[in-house]
Parts: sequence; C-alpha cells; structure tokens
Amino acid sequence: MKRKKMAANDVVFHIVNYFVFFLITLVCVYPFYYMIINTISANDLSANKAINFIPKGIHFDNYAQVLGLRGMGKAALISVARTVIGMGCTVLASAFLGFMFTQEKMWHRKFWYRFFVITMYFNAGLIPMFITMKTLNLLNTFWVYVIPAIVQPFNIILVKTYVESMPKALQEAAQIDGAGVLTIFFRIILPTAKPILATVAIFSAVGQWNSFQDTLIYITDQGLYSLQYLLYTYINQASSIAAAVRSSGVSAISTSLATQQTETSIRMTVSVIVVLPILFVYPIFQRFFVKGMMIGSVKG
Amino acid sequence: MKEKSVKFKEVKNASESRRLFYCIVPFIVLCFMFSYFPLHGWIYSFYDYKPPLRLSQCEFVGGKWFKTLFSNKTQVAQMIQVMKNTFAMSLLGIATSFLPVLFAVFLNEVKCKWFKNLVQTLTTLPNFISWVLVYSVAFSLFSNSGMVNTFLQNIGLIQEPVKFLDSDSHTYLWMTLWGQWKGLGWGAIMYLAAIAGIDAELYEAARVDGANRFQMMKGITIPALMPTYFVLLMMSVSNFLNNGMDQYFVFQNSFNKEHIQVLDLYVYNIGMTGGSLSLATALSMLKSLVSVGLLVVVNMISKKTRGESII
Repeated sequence: MKRKKMAANDVVFHIVNYFVFFLITLVCVYPFYYMIINTISANDLSANKAINFIPKGIHFDNYAQVLGLRGMGKAALISVARTVIGMGCTVLASAFLGFMFTQEKMWHRKFWYRFFVITMYFNAGLIPMFITMKTLNLLNTFWVYVIPAIVQPFNIILVKTYVESMPKALQEAAQIDGAGVLTIFFRIILPTAKPILATVAIFSAVGQWNSFQDTLIYITDQGLYSLQYLLYTYINQASSIAAAVRSSGVSAISTSLATQQTETSIRMTVSVIVVLPILFVYPIFQRFFVKGMMIGSVKG
Repeated sequence: MKEKSVKFKEVKNASESRRLFYCIVPFIVLCFMFSYFPLHGWIYSFYDYKPPLRLSQCEFVGGKWFKTLFSNKTQVAQMIQVMKNTFAMSLLGIATSFLPVLFAVFLNEVKCKWFKNLVQTLTTLPNFISWVLVYSVAFSLFSNSGMVNTFLQNIGLIQEPVKFLDSDSHTYLWMTLWGQWKGLGWGAIMYLAAIAGIDAELYEAARVDGANRFQMMKGITIPALMPTYFVLLMMSVSNFLNNGMDQYFVFQNSFNKEHIQVLDLYVYNIGMTGGSLSLATALSMLKSLVSVGLLVVVNMISKKTRGESII
C-alpha cells in the first residue's frame, strides 16, 4: 500500500520535472526558431506577425538582399577577420605564456606570473582605456580589436594548469635530446595541449564574434564596424533601411509583397546572419566549454 | 676543478633563466600597455579635461569632481538613483544565484539521458549570443508590434499593445529575467559537473536508510555543491559594482533611463555621450578602488571561513 503511494508520487514528480525542463528549454530555443522561420517566410505575412510556428511561402530573397546592403559585406569581413586573427593570437599567446610559466628556472617566474594574473582584478575604467587607445594610435584601426585581447590572464591560468598536469617525462626526454624551450613548445606542448587550446580558442572566438562594446567606444569609421554593431544600428533604423531597399534597384526585380523588405524582415535577417555561426559551431564545441569551466574552477 | 664546474653550471643556469625570461618580455610589454599603463588616465580626474585640448592645456582642478559627486545637489540625486539601480541589479543577481543550483539538482533527477543532454545543450545556447542579439530577440517578441502583443491583441485579451520595452515599469524585473534567460543554463553547468563527481555510494547508503528523493537532495547533493556556490557567491559580491554595460546599454531608451542606468552605463553616458570625461574618470576610479577593496574583504572572509582564498 505504502509502496504504491510512493510510486505514484514518483510518477507525479517525474512528470512535473520533465515538463518544467521542457518549458525552460522551449523558452530558450523558441526565439531562435521564431526568427529563423520569419526570415524565410513571405515578408508580408511576417510583417503582420502571422508566422508563429510554421514557415509559409518559403523564399530566401531576404538573405540575398540583406547581404547586398551597403556595409554588410564589409562588416561581415571585419567580424570574420577579428574572430580568426584574434583567436589565433590569443591561443598562441595563451599557450606560450601558460607553458613558459611552468618553467621553474625562469627569472623571477612567480613575480611575473602574478604580474599577469593580478590584472584580472582591477580595471582602469572606460575613459582611461579610451585615452590609452588614443595615445597608442589604435583608435579607428582594426588592431584595436586584436592587440588588447592577446594577453588574457584567465586563459594563461587554464593552459598553465593543464600543462602542469601533463607528465613531465615527455619534456625531460626532449631536453636530454638537446631540444630548446621553443622546440619543446612547438613540438610537444602545442600538440598535446590540444583539448585546452580548443577551449581557449572557442572562448576567444565567441568573445570576438560577440564583442560590441569596443566598436561602440573605439571606432567611428564605418568601414570598421563589426556585424554586431551593425545589427545594433539596424535594429534602431530598420524601417528606414527597409524603405531604402524597397526604392533601390535591388527589389525592383521582385516587386511582390512576399519578397519586399520590411522593417521586420531586415531586422530578423541580420539577426539570423549574426547568430548562425554560433548555432553551427556551438554543438560541436559544447563539450570543450564544459571541460574548460571545470579546469578553470580548480585553478591554483 | 669541482668548484669551477659548479660555477660554470650556475652561470649556465643564470643565462638559461634569463633567456626564458626574455621570451616573455614582449607579452609583459603588452600586458603593461593594456592593463597597467591605462591607470595613468586616472590623473584626468584631477583636471578639467576638454578633449581637443591636451591635458597640459587643461585646468588642474584637484578634487573638484570628487567633491561634485558628493555635494552638488542634482549630481547627488542622480548618483543616488544610479546607486539604487546598481544595488538593485546586483542584489537581484545574488538573490537569483541559487537558481542554477536548483536547475542542476532537478536536472540531475532526469534519468532519460538524451533528454538531459538536449536540455543542457539548448539551455546553454543563449549564453553564447551577444546582448545585441538578445535585444533583437526581445524586440521581435516584445515590442509594440511584436509577436506577444500581436498575439494578445488577436485573442482579444488586450486592446492596446503593452509597452514591454518602451516603459519604465518593472525594469529591474525585466533585466533580471533577461539575465536569467541568457545565463541560467550556463550557470548550471559547473554544478552539474560537481554533481557528477559525488560518490554514488552516498546515495545508495541514504536509500538503504529509507531517505526519499528530497531528503537526498537536501542531505547529499546540495551540501556537495555548496563550496562551488560559495566561491561564485563571493565573486559576485566582489563584483557588486561591476554590472557591465552591454545589457543595460542595448535595452536603454528614453523611457526606462531612470531605472536602467547602472554605474557602468552611467559612466559611459556621462563620459562618452555627455562629454564630462573628467567626471566619468573620477567615478570609474572610485568604482575600481571600491571593487578592489571589496575583493580583498571577500577574500579575507573566504580565508577565515573556509581556509581558502578565492583569488
């Protein structure tokens, strides 16, 4: 009798539990789904908010037209470039510094390690950073996206912790064979530390791709706008852009209401273009995030 | 002979140790340039800095801006509002910091593996999109002509669109909700990993003793998560003044400005848009100093109570 009651309680618990998680997941995913189906549906329907669950009148003109917008191609290029170059620099620098700080012989190793790590805990502030970039002539240059991001103490800690956990025998054997520090770094550390470097790569790539504040503060040259920043301006000016596209030659070919650009279609299409890379890359790399978080949480 | 070789080895070691050091010098320079060198900008808070002019051409005003912050009446009123917002957002952040723990504990009860993985993957997704995109999502769903308003109007529940974004009602609540939408799943990941590390025998023993599900959560799972929770809690206390500005910047408009302006956003607004660069510098300097002080205090508490430092 009692056991049966427990089981009934159990069933209720599980149903409620599954249902709640189903709802939470739905809330997290639906907005993405909503935006995607609206960008491929007939634009007059999506402007009237008639597309909520199933796409209707599927077409891909929005993407062709939005990618043809002035500034869009350039911004995409800037975003890709800063992601790739920024990520490359950060990964190499973090790997190298993380490895170097495991070399006990280094002159005042502890001091220099602290010199790097302590920078995580203070911040000069917005205006001093702006003045610094101005002094260094980095305002309105592409490099303002990359150079300040090269040295990242958190990533250095991640790599250092990882390298310290690797067996010492490999390095020692190479040393006996006469390999120098750089050889050891390129031949042994880089290949064996791949899992942690992948974590660092993903963290920094996502950070670069999503970064918005640096464009806002350091960049006034429109040719250097990133996609994120462009998206921000588009959200605020979508209606005028839609009008411009409507009156320009691009849509003269396709005058039907279903493919005519509206405020909604412009805004959502740009959003989807910005979010797609994350959606694609994310499932592949999710496991690296988890691993990185775990290593980060046991940092020494 | 022996002495000589020892000395030789020492010399070799010394040069080796220097050589290792020279390898990282370029990075020391980088680190210095972007982390230490900017601190010199704090002197701008003692001048009346007007951008096209050079600092040497500007008037030295000493502690004028600091005095303004605490004595000028309108300034003080504004500061009080900004501090209220900052405290509200940080306190709400701390109050909701237990949600990821609950998320992890209850997700752990889901026995169906693919469902669990699916939930974990999909709920972490929002963490990896930028605040601009979150705003874009918010705009699509909650603007006056957005999906939610259209839907509510179509079913006749409301006549006029509800102003979710262009109003100052429940700003704190909305900001917290968006923060949770973005961060809940990601916040739970560390706890889930910690749960995976709990010894299964503990649960077995508890089951033999007749403990039910909730007793096991309370007696085993949650206590095992407390160390992680404590560290993160201490971190958020030390970041009390640093709400960041991205979220508040993208959501701010002329309607909700009064309640959305947290300290970081305020510094941006008066410095970059308002042109009071010196005042903004003074403010961010105070903010940095208080933050470092908080970190030191929090670290001391951590050392006292847990015998471990968090930095």
